[in-house]
Parts: sequence; structure tokens; C-alpha cells
Amino acid sequence: MSTSPPTTIAPRPIRFFQGGEIRSVQDLAPSTTVLQWLREHAHCTGTKEGCAEGDCGACTVLLGELVDGQLQLRNVNACTQFLPTLDGLALLTVEDLGSSQALNPVQQAMLDCHASQCGFCTPGFVMSLQACYERHCEAGSRPTRQQLADDLAGNLCRCTGYRPILDAGQAMFERPQQRINSAPITAALQQLQQDPPLHYAAANPAFQQRIDHFHAPRSLAALAELRLALPQARLLAGSTDIALWHNKQFRDLGELIYLGAVAALREIRSEPWADSRPGLWIGAGARLEQAWAALSEAAPELRELWLRFASPPVRQAGTLGGNIANGSPIGDGAPALIALGADIVLRQSAAQRRLPLQDFYLDYMKNALRPGEFVEALHLPLPAANQPLRAYKISKRFDSDISALCAVFALQLDADQTVRQARLVFGGMAATVKRAAAAEAALLGQAWSAEAAALAAQALSQDFQPLSDMRASSDYRLRVAQNLMHKLWLETRPEQPLLAQQSRIWQLRSQA
Amino acid sequence: MSAVGKNRTHESAALHVSGEARYCDDLPELQGTLHAALGLSPIAHGHLLSIDLELLRRQPGVVAVLTAADIPGENNCGPLLHDDPILAAEKLSYLGQPVFAIIASSRELARRAAALARQAIRCEALPPVLTALEAHAAGQYVIPPMHLSRGDAAAALQAAPHRLIGEWRVGGQEQFYLEGQISYALPQEQDSLLIHCSTQHPSEMQQLVAHALGWQAHAVQLQCRRMGGGFGGKESQSALFACVAAIAAHRLGRPVKLRLDRDDDFLITGRRHGFDYRWQLGFDGQGQILAAEVELIANCGHSADLSAPVMARALCHFDNAYWLPHVAMHGFCARTNTQSNTAFRGFGGPQGALAIEMILDSVARRLQLDPLLVRQRNFYRDEAGHNTTPYGQTVEDNQLHALTEQLIASSDYHARRAEIAAFNASSPLLKKGLALTPVKFGISFNVVHLNQAGALVHVYTDGSVLVNHGGTEMGQGLNTKVAQVVAQELGLDMAQVRCSATDTQKIANTSATAASTGSDLNGKAAQDAARRIKQRLLPVAAKLLGCSEADVCFAQGQIGAGERRLSFRELVAQAYLQRVQLWSEGFYATPGLCWDREKLQGKPFYYFAYGAAVAEVLIDTLTGENRMLRADLLHDAGQSINPALDIGQVEGAFVQGAGWLTTEELVWHPDSGLLRTHAPSTYKIPTANDMPPDFRVSLYAQPNAADSIHCSKAVGEPPLLLGFAVLLALKDAVAACGPAGCDPLLHAPATAERVLQALSQT
Repeated sequence: MSTSPPTTIAPRPIRFFQGGEIRSVQDLAPSTTVLQWLREHAHCTGTKEGCAEGDCGACTVLLGELVDGQLQLRNVNACTQFLPTLDGLALLTVEDLGSSQALNPVQQAMLDCHASQCGFCTPGFVMSLQACYERHCEAGSRPTRQQLADDLAGNLCRCTGYRPILDAGQAMFERPQQRINSAPITAALQQLQQDPPLHYAAANPAFQQRIDHFHAPRSLAALAELRLALPQARLLAGSTDIALWHNKQFRDLGELIYLGAVAALREIRSEPWADSRPGLWIGAGARLEQAWAALSEAAPELRELWLRFASPPVRQAGTLGGNIANGSPIGDGAPALIALGADIVLRQSAAQRRLPLQDFYLDYMKNALRPGEFVEALHLPLPAANQPLRAYKISKRFDSDISALCAVFALQLDADQTVRQARLVFGGMAATVKRAAAAEAALLGQAWSAEAAALAAQALSQDFQPLSDMRASSDYRLRVAQNLMHKLWLETRPEQPLLAQQSRIWQLRSQA
Repeated sequence: MSAVGKNRTHESAALHVSGEARYCDDLPELQGTLHAALGLSPIAHGHLLSIDLELLRRQPGVVAVLTAADIPGENNCGPLLHDDPILAAEKLSYLGQPVFAIIASSRELARRAAALARQAIRCEALPPVLTALEAHAAGQYVIPPMHLSRGDAAAALQAAPHRLIGEWRVGGQEQFYLEGQISYALPQEQDSLLIHCSTQHPSEMQQLVAHALGWQAHAVQLQCRRMGGGFGGKESQSALFACVAAIAAHRLGRPVKLRLDRDDDFLITGRRHGFDYRWQLGFDGQGQILAAEVELIANCGHSADLSAPVMARALCHFDNAYWLPHVAMHGFCARTNTQSNTAFRGFGGPQGALAIEMILDSVARRLQLDPLLVRQRNFYRDEAGHNTTPYGQTVEDNQLHALTEQLIASSDYHARRAEIAAFNASSPLLKKGLALTPVKFGISFNVVHLNQAGALVHVYTDGSVLVNHGGTEMGQGLNTKVAQVVAQELGLDMAQVRCSATDTQKIANTSATAASTGSDLNGKAAQDAARRIKQRLLPVAAKLLGCSEADVCFAQGQIGAGERRLSFRELVAQAYLQRVQLWSEGFYATPGLCWDREKLQGKPFYYFAYGAAVAEVLIDTLTGENRMLRADLLHDAGQSINPALDIGQVEGAFVQGAGWLTTEELVWHPDSGLLRTHAPSTYKIPTANDMPPDFRVSLYAQPNAADSIHCSKAVGEPPLLLGFAVLLALKDAVAACGPAGCDPLLHAPATAERVLQALSQT
């Protein structure tokens, strides 16, 4: 498809560790999903398809990779991962844990607690619990019931009501420890590390056997060079959205450049802001789980948003850069980052440029990215302590639900409580994630007061004429947006601010 | 050691947790297997003009395209009326209706070609009717209106000291079985088919496939080892997919599998009926109901499907736990241009009973009484005149009073009511609510002849036992309970008894596994089969043990009389040599049922199951967000055959019922009729975080007074109604924001938006 230098890397098969050995795949279209491969080609049918959109968790598998020589496992949805992204990784499924004749502690606990009824979601729960089990065994800790529920936010069960599954999540630690044997996996992954970067090419039966290419550069420089050479190719990061274009919309993905093998792109580090305030650099390829962990450390007020952002398997696959570049008006990443004053760092070849993130979004699903350019990172100043910062997500369900609206508010108050700066950012209210200019203007220079908050709330009707859809009506969105201004005031007023347990229904969670 | 009454692990649990349990799509595919996908109507209502078959046939991998014209027999998959085409012929009745089937070399290629439906289908659009109220206004029904009344409601309403006129609405609910609809049809010799189908009703699938092919039933074999959930969604509506796979397999002479994508499953199949209600109520100052007149308007979708029995059950459950002296109920089955609604756990019962619960709540609020008190005052009582349902059945073995009292005490209801009032007084933004709701649910199919079942028990010469019955396993643990019953009868360890796949070649003419009757019917049938074998073994055993037949005891894998013992294995080996039949059929028909489906009178239910729930919730008055904090459930499963499984049913049903009434919202586009909530990304069933953090569940230990299997009670559907308490608690929290005596209007599902709406009216 191209004559540019990077693609002259000779195509080779996809190589990964599965079922106790290194697999080599070379004839399947690059858009073959991991789930399709497991069920249709490897005949491992323990992993189920419930929705093929990453929302039910029946297809949860573990991916293993070496990080600083250590095996790290993460649970992801096999339905939204493309097979070539497995290159160099280990794929573990329920078949790798234990057989019906020799159950492992997680499986045995599920059985003992009567935690399966129809059993169709069960392998997915077992895999998510296994990820939890491995993590806690490694750390020498035990999850609370609340943490277990959060860990299982991406697994739907329609039969049990979950109580026995949470019981199993506790009971699995009561049995003699038996972890996944990492030695053969580590050895295989070390061997796979010797492979050259992946360029995969295979015929696609859906498009008259056209040869489709998949490139997985490993360095930032190689990525930049490829991007420049193949400006029409599609960038693929966590594929939690692009997989749906394939699974549900049958869109032609064409040539793919995969970002997941570029280790430098996953970096999260301290990086001073221009005015030498401390800052945070989040590489575009950093997975959502790590990115949100870093953001929540910098701004603990974002923690609820982190927990409610998709589900653990999606956060373990998707990237913050992907969420931002995708630019959905209902994405929850952008409101938080814009409120914190983040810049987006773009790269074309060796050239970097940066924009305030709010300027990146031009219109519905349109952004300022130029041909040959890609998102390299998000860079933000750390929020000052003791300045009002609040995040609100409104959706029908606590877990893994797309926001009807998401609001993140950051104020800077002078010593006399005058509003020096206001960032009132909303998702779900317009064609892009957007700051509420009129409401911000209503606050600037005013004393932070109930009256000022009410004026800002009123001004929101100038800022937004939200849509009605299946998530909420226009009226509801606007009314709640206005009510949230009032809530912000009640939570941050100097006198007797409401504590979280007085104003947040989810706050009681951790006490359970 | 007895096999029943114990917590036994689900017979497939080890297979579930290891991924070894095989569902239809996990069966190894036969060589040459083709895959089907359906092309769906792009409009909600109109005429089909033509299909561009050439466009479809030239898509990669496409082997054949089937349309209505390719159906050799009857183009119908409706379970009761013949109004449900397999593939649309001339009329397009809803957006998502299957119009053609693509058969291709792979599932992906079949789906890609089917997705061209919008281009391939030429049609003429007509204005659709998308809501039940519109259809009702136009007098457009799938079956004639149904009326059930007692006394003179109109006169009693006129005479009542207090009257209440109201309207209310509850949405439908998607089954969301985790395993989507699937059928895999395999051509066999001599023009016959074997079909693996995820279905609750193998016999009906067999019949409908035979009709579609113009065959006799004996040429079609249906098998179902297990389903990945059913909840009613695979009672009638697995038929379309079985028929398409069968027609394609027969026509092409190759195995054909049709497994739906989740979005297509939502778009094609129906679900729990949403209901609209209009009511008039007469009551006295104590909250005693004197008269009720109510219209129940169900959104049935484009065809009748099971709507008639669903409405019958709704009408028979409007009374729920309450004596209604004068009542007139009118059931309207509205025809709309949407998916055809069908069975879902409770089968209309929840929609009927929820209405009276909302009404009693309103009565209590207007009288400023605790709704619990008003409920208790209206309970059926064990006295003549106050124990007869509007449909004429006597409420025998009434557990409502005792069960409710027990739950009031164990849940600390009254003290918590006071604590919540104190919390609300001091909490400006967040408010709590509390509610207790009871359940009385009738057990049996509302159609008498369906209350029958067959079973087949094989004892092999090594003493192992294979059980087959007409019920299907969808997760509820039916096979486990039936195996327990057989093990109990023959005095065996559970390890010696195995249940096999439901198969129309083993048990003929089965009823659907539905109406909570699975264990009641099939357990009794299997018990009958085991008893017949036991009867044949008794003389052999008596002779071997040198005792009378009356002294022979089957227990713990041993056959004994006094000190003398022989193993079950030795006994059957001897019996075989003596040419004793070691296998038997069994049969059961529920006794004493009668039902006049014209007058809606009789004794439709063998017995009632009871339960009650207390829910405590918290709402955010600025956003309407809400959550459950605590739930206490007490449910009557009779003398449970397997308490662990029954608790699982109670909890699961409660959470499902709570989901229906809170987060599970179905939204159709108001103009196009497209179901916009067609996948888990947009349709939100509960997650682990939605279950109450404080969850206390008990079984009410009281044997069934009726002669049911081991005095147990059916437990599949009734506890779904326990979820009512969550909705009523939400209403209680909303009411706490208004003046005394306020009665906010809170439609269901009570999403955050609806709660905020209700708050704005207080």
C-alpha cells in the first residue's frame, strides 16, 4: 500500500504466548478480534461473547507483558482487542487456570459460594477475580468488598445479584495460595522480545482479499516517521472504540498504525509547567487506569470519576490519549483535563507543538490534528491545594455508563474569596466538551457566594442548548448543570461547607 | 443422609467456573457449517416493495439469501396466534423486523452483508404507532380487550368517602440473557433435522420448525443442554432463529448456525411489556379499599406473541396481597410498531401487582398514614368474604400476616422509619426513603393443560442413573433439583445421578420451562419415574434380603432391611439378570386446576408463594441520583429442596426487579421507532455496585400446604416482585422533600431524571 521506508520492514507473523506455547498467526485479517481467534480458530470456547462491545465482560481475558522484566497481568475484553496487538504478549484464558477436575482457588471459591447460575458470564468473572487475586497476592493485601465490586464493574451477571460473587472474591483468599505460574510465561515473553517490531500483512476476506497492513513501531521516532509516511493510516491505541467500528458498524479500518508497542508513549512523569509550577506529563499511550491513578493522586477530587470511567477491563486497555484524540463530546477525560488547564502536546516528525486542550476540539468529532501529526502527551499543571475543584458525573448507573453530563469545576480564589479564575467544563452538554464561557464570566471578579453561583447557573442557559437523547433530556441536562453550580457552592463555601457524605450519595460506599 | 433440603452445588458449577460448560455456540462445528445473519427492516411501519438480492448475493462469502418466498411451509413463528412472520413478506411492522437471511461462509461475512439491509430493502413508509396510549386511543389491539370484575365497582366508587383518580406508567425490561439467541441446525438423513437451540421451549420450537418446513414433528429433533440465561426471552422468541437456521440448513443441505449479535438481539426480539395505567379508587379514612376500577394498557408490539396470557396474569395479580371488595379491571393489549413483547420473569404478574402497590402508597400518603399500615389493613384475611380473589380462587394457606410481621421485626422497620425521619430532617441535600412491600404470586400456568410434565429415568446396570425431563436448564438449577429428587427417591448419592440435555426425542410434548413451574412439574414427573423403578426393584430386593417389601429401605446407596444390606449396584445387576425393566417414564399433571379463559374465573393456581421486602434508599435532591442502601428480603420457598439455589433465585430476582424499576430504561426514537437502547452500553442492568451494600436475605421456613414436590414452592418468578420495595422507597424519599400528605408522581423506571422530575412537583 505504501512505498515509504518504514513499511519496508518485512511482514512477519503475529507471535504471542497462549495455551502453554508460543503461537504464530499469519493468515488472518488484522481486524480479527482476540475473541474471534480464541473461539473460531483456537477452539478455546471458555471465553464467551455477550455483547462484542466491551460492556458485559463475558469475554474477559488476561494479557501478560514484561514490565522491567516482571510479568504484569491485566484483564481486558477480548472482543475489543485486535489479534495483532497480542504480538509479544501472553494471552491467558479460563482454560489456563484450572480444569473442572482441578479447580484453582478462584474457581473453587466461585463454586463453593454458589456464584454461578447460568454460568455464561462466569468465565469472565473468574478472569477478573483472577486479576484481582494476583494483584493482592503480589502486594500481600486483601480487597474490601467495595474494592471487589469496583474491580468487577466491567462484568455483568444477570442471574445472581452479585452477592455470592463478592463472597467468592473474599473466599478465594482463604484457600491455600495458588497463583498463575509466571516462569514459563516470562521465559516465552523474553524470547518474544527478540522479535523485530511487528509489520503484519494479511488478506481481508471482507474486502476482496485486499492485503491489510498493521504496523507496530516500538520507538517514538519510528512512530513519527511512519505517521508522516502514512498520513491516511488509522492510529490505533487501546481499540476500545475502534473495535466497535469494526464489530458493530463494519467500517473499513484500512491500514493501522498501532501505538501500544511504543513504550515511550506510555510514560507518566513529573514535568514542570511553563511557570515552573509542578506539572504532570501523561504520555498519550498511557493506559487509562495508570493515567487516572496519576490524575487522582494530583487531584483526589477526581477519584470518583476514575472509578466511574468505563470499567477496569476498558481502563486496562484504553488510553487517555485515545480518549482525548477521539474527542467524543461525552468522554469524561477531557472535562477533567480542561478544568485542570492541561495542554495537549502534538507531534509531527521531530516537531512538537502544544495547544490548550480546549482549543483542540473544533466541532463534533473534529479536532485540530494536522495530517502526519499525532498526540504525544497531555501536560498539565498540578492543581494548587485548597482551591475549589469538583468533578460530577451524572448517568443512569454508577459503573461503566456514558455520562448524561459530566462537569468538572476548578476555581481559583484570592485570599478575600474573589474568583480570580474559573474553569467550568462540561461534557454531554454540547457538540464538544466545552467550557461554560458565560458562566465563567459571571463568576470572574466576583466574591465566591451563593449569589455568584446562582448567577453562573443562570448563565449556563446561554452557554448550552443540550440535546435530548436516550441518556437524558435537554431540560434535565441543563437543570442538573445549574444545580451542580449550587452543589459546588455548598461543598466549597467558606462557612460550613457540606462534607462529601452530606452531598454525595456514593460517598457511603466505602463505609459498607 | 437425604439428598433434598440441602445446599447442593449447581450440577454444572465446576463446568461453569472452568469454562468447560458447553453452550450452543461452544459445540464443535461440523465440517461445512455456514453462518446466518438477518437483514432488518429499516422502518417501523410500511410496505416491503422489493429486496435487491443481486446486491446481497455478490457480497464476499455469501452463499445464499433467503426471503419469505423461500419458506416451504407456513411463514409464522407466533406461539398462539399466527400473526408473527418468520421473515416479513409484504408488511413491515417494526424497525428491526427480519426481512431476509444471509447465509455465508463466516459469521462476520454474513453480518456484513446483512448490514446492507438499508440499501437492499426498498419500501414505502407509513406513519408508525409507537406508544401504547396512541394505539389504545386508536383502538388498535393484538387481541380483544379483557375484563375481570367482581361486585359493582362503579356504585362502590360513588359511595366511597374518599376517591383517588390517577395515571401511572412503568417501562418494559430487556431480558438481557448473557448468551444471546442462537440456533444451530444440522441436516440429518431422510429429510430430518437436529437443532441445537438455546430455548426454554424445545417442543414448541420443534413444532414451529416443522410447520415452517411443512414437515411432521417427528422429523425435527431439538436439543438444549443449557442456556446462558432465559428469563422468558427464550420461551417463544427463540423460534424465529430456529426456523431460519432450519430452513437454511435444509435448503442448502449444510449445517447452518444463526447466532445473533447483541444489538440485533435487542432490535429483533421483544421483552417485558411496559404498562400504562388509569385508575379510580374508593377508600375509607383508614385506608381500606372499597372499590377499584383500573385500565391496564400493555405495549404488546406488532404481534400477539404471549401477550394474552401475560395480560391475564397481570389482571390476576392486580390484587397482589389485598382483598378488593369491588373491582373492575380492563386489560388492553395495544398493538404498536415495535418489537413484539413477550415473557419475562413474572409474566405480567409484576405489572399487575405493582399498580396496586402504587395505589396503596398514594392512599397512605393522602391519609398521612404509614404505607405499611395501609397495606396490612388491606391484606387478605382468613375469613369468609375476605379470602377470595377477584377471579374466584380462595386464598388458602395465607402467609401474608405472619411473614410480614417476621420481616418487620427482623428488619427493625419501625425504628428505622424513625431514624430516617431524623436523618431527613437534618440533611439538606440527601434524603432517605424506606418501604416494605409484600408479594403474593400464583403458581401454575394460567392455561390448565400446560401444567403437565414428563421425565425419563434410566438406571444402568452399574447403578448409575441418567435423568431426562422436559424442563430446560437456564441457570435456575432445575437439573440439580431434579437430580436431588431422583437421588432422594432411590437413596443414592448425587454423584450417581446425572441429568442430560433436554431433547424432544426423549420427552415429547413438553411445556415451556416457565411460570416458575420447572421444579414443581418436572420434579414430580422424575419422582414418578424413579418410584416406578423402585416399585419394580422392591420384590427383587425383598427376595435377596429375605424380608417383606415393606421393610426394604433405599438410603445412602444401600438397600437395607434391618441389619442386612446390599448395594444399589448389586441390586440393579441382579434385577437386570431377572429381566426387570430398569428405566421408566414418569408423568405429572397438576391436580385441581380449572380456568374459564372467557370469564377469567376459576382456580388457575395450585398455590400461592409469598414474600416481602424492605428497601432503604438514598437520593440526591439536586440531581435525582439514587441508590439502594439496604434490603431485607423474606421469601416463601416452602420447604426448600435446595436453599442455596433458592436464595440465589431470590437475590437474583430482587436485583433484577430493582433494575427494572430504576436504571433499566428503554428508549425508542419518537419519530423513527428505532430502539436507541440496544446494547449494554446504553441499556443499564445492575452491576455489583448496584446491589445493596447491606443485603439480608432469608427463606421463610414453612412447608407448602399443597402437595408439591417435597413441599417446596416455586421460586423463579415471585421474588422479582420484591424489587417493588426499591421503587416505593424512592417515592418515600421524594415525598420526604414535600409537605405532609404530598403524593409525588414517580414513573418507573425511576432514573435520576425521573426522580428529579418527581422532586420538582413536591
